Amino acid sequence: HIATSLPLPSERDHLRPRIDLIVFMIDIKSKYSLKNVEASLAYVDASFFLGKVCFLVTGVGRLNSCSVETNAICKLGEAYCSPVIFCELELEGIRVATAQRLLRILQICAGHIPGVSALSFVSLMRNSDDD
Amino acid sequence: MDETVAEYIRRTVLKIPRDEIKTMLQKWGFLSEAQLQTLNFHQLKDNVSQEVVQLCEENSADIKQAAVLDIIYNHIYQNKRMWSVYQMKKSGEELEYFDITDFKKKFKERLRSALKNVTITFKEYEDNAIWIRVAWGTPHKKPNQYKPSYVVYHSQTPYVFISASVLKSTLPLLCQALIVASNYHDIREMELRSHSLNSLKDIVFKRYSQNFQTYNPKPLQGGNVEPQSADLRIVQENRSEKERIHRLNREVFGDGPQPKLEFAQYRLETMFKSDPKIDVLDKKEPFRCLVKFSSPHLLESLKSLVPAGMADAPLSPLLTCIPQKARNYFKIKDKKGFFPEGFVSP
Repeated sequence: HIATSLPLPSERDHLRPRIDLIVFMIDIKSKYSLKNVEASLAYVDASFFLGKVCFLVTGVGRLNSCSVETNAICKLGEAYCSPVIFCELELEGIRVATAQRLLRILQICAGHIPGVSALSFVSLMRNSDDD
Repeated sequence: MDETVAEYIRRTVLKIPRDEIKTMLQKWGFLSEAQLQTLNFHQLKDNVSQEVVQLCEENSADIKQAAVLDIIYNHIYQNKRMWSVYQMKKSGEELEYFDITDFKKKFKERLRSALKNVTITFKEYEDNAIWIRVAWGTPHKKPNQYKPSYVVYHSQTPYVFISASVLKSTLPLLCQALIVASNYHDIREMELRSHSLNSLKDIVFKRYSQNFQTYNPKPLQGGNVEPQSADLRIVQENRSEKERIHRLNREVFGDGPQPKLEFAQYRLETMFKSDPKIDVLDKKEPFRCLVKFSSPHLLESLKSLVPAGMADAPLSPLLTCIPQKARNYFKIKDKKGFFPEGFVSP
């Protein structure tokens, strides 16, 4: 399901299946997209932040049009205990690789991989300096 | 033939792209078809222009004919120049019959009485546009043919489009001559500038597709934003929102192509508003700031902002009023009164 912001329109509630993974897409060229994501995060139930949320940053191939600082995005990822993935949608190779990564994450979040659950992501996120 | 004329013709021909030289010379009509046949257009442009000058020599070209060639070049490549729009005002309501010969005569007389050394050339085009080229000299020097002013006047309208010479002092003279010749009593510069002459005409003649307020709340049929993805597994959650945005956008911008502008400039003379607890500026004077939007096609990019998800709908009226107000240079001052807000000065 694709949405431009949260919360999701309530009229479609009954048509929606269970949500296993939320990917927040941030366009590094648009400050507006970062603000939109930050505003939408408030509408996400806390239980999703146990590995079922991830941030996807697009447009990193065009470094000269960056409007958003990667520092800010990494801090956001840390604050919400969720992984940040950088990609460039205009390059087919990277696009395909990113899709495969997301699919893998989704399989784990949906419980399709025995022995690994979404909680594993949280433990992988912990900085080794923290301990 | 005068050396300066020869050099001017040579340089003008050099400006023309090789494939266009023949058509332009034909439009010019100064060289006969037979003479044009003798030209070899497949050699270096330098040599082509030398040959053209030779032929012009045979026909004894003078500056008047060279100036016509220049007008033709600038008419075809009009978008290379920056055009400003001027509006003339009549004193009364008299609808006078426009006589082109009378106009030309008065224009020339007015200019020549102020400045002896000028080259004035007229060319009329089918769309009722009168193109005027003026090369300026001084009482002691012959006109500088390389820095002329160009004027486009549609006689049935009070609008004049001027691509002024870099010699700025010539502009008042030019304006004066225009109002005298066209029987108007005043002329003022509008805050509207662009490279695209046709777009400027579209804006002031209201030829672009305008938005009209629709009071009918029923949503438009078939106003589908994007085609349903081929893959039915992708579900658009905000389809109705997207359609609303698309409809709003159509209302604001209309359906057709937008006039082509390259800039919008907003000069702010507003007071700096900060948290009253943090007294940032103790001087109570306006905070001067200039905001400039530039784009190869400004209005189209504004039109695509909201559908592309780069801005919230509705867009600021300061941006969307550009074609209606026929201006792209604004001065924003504080409204005096209880509720200071930006307001656009005339």
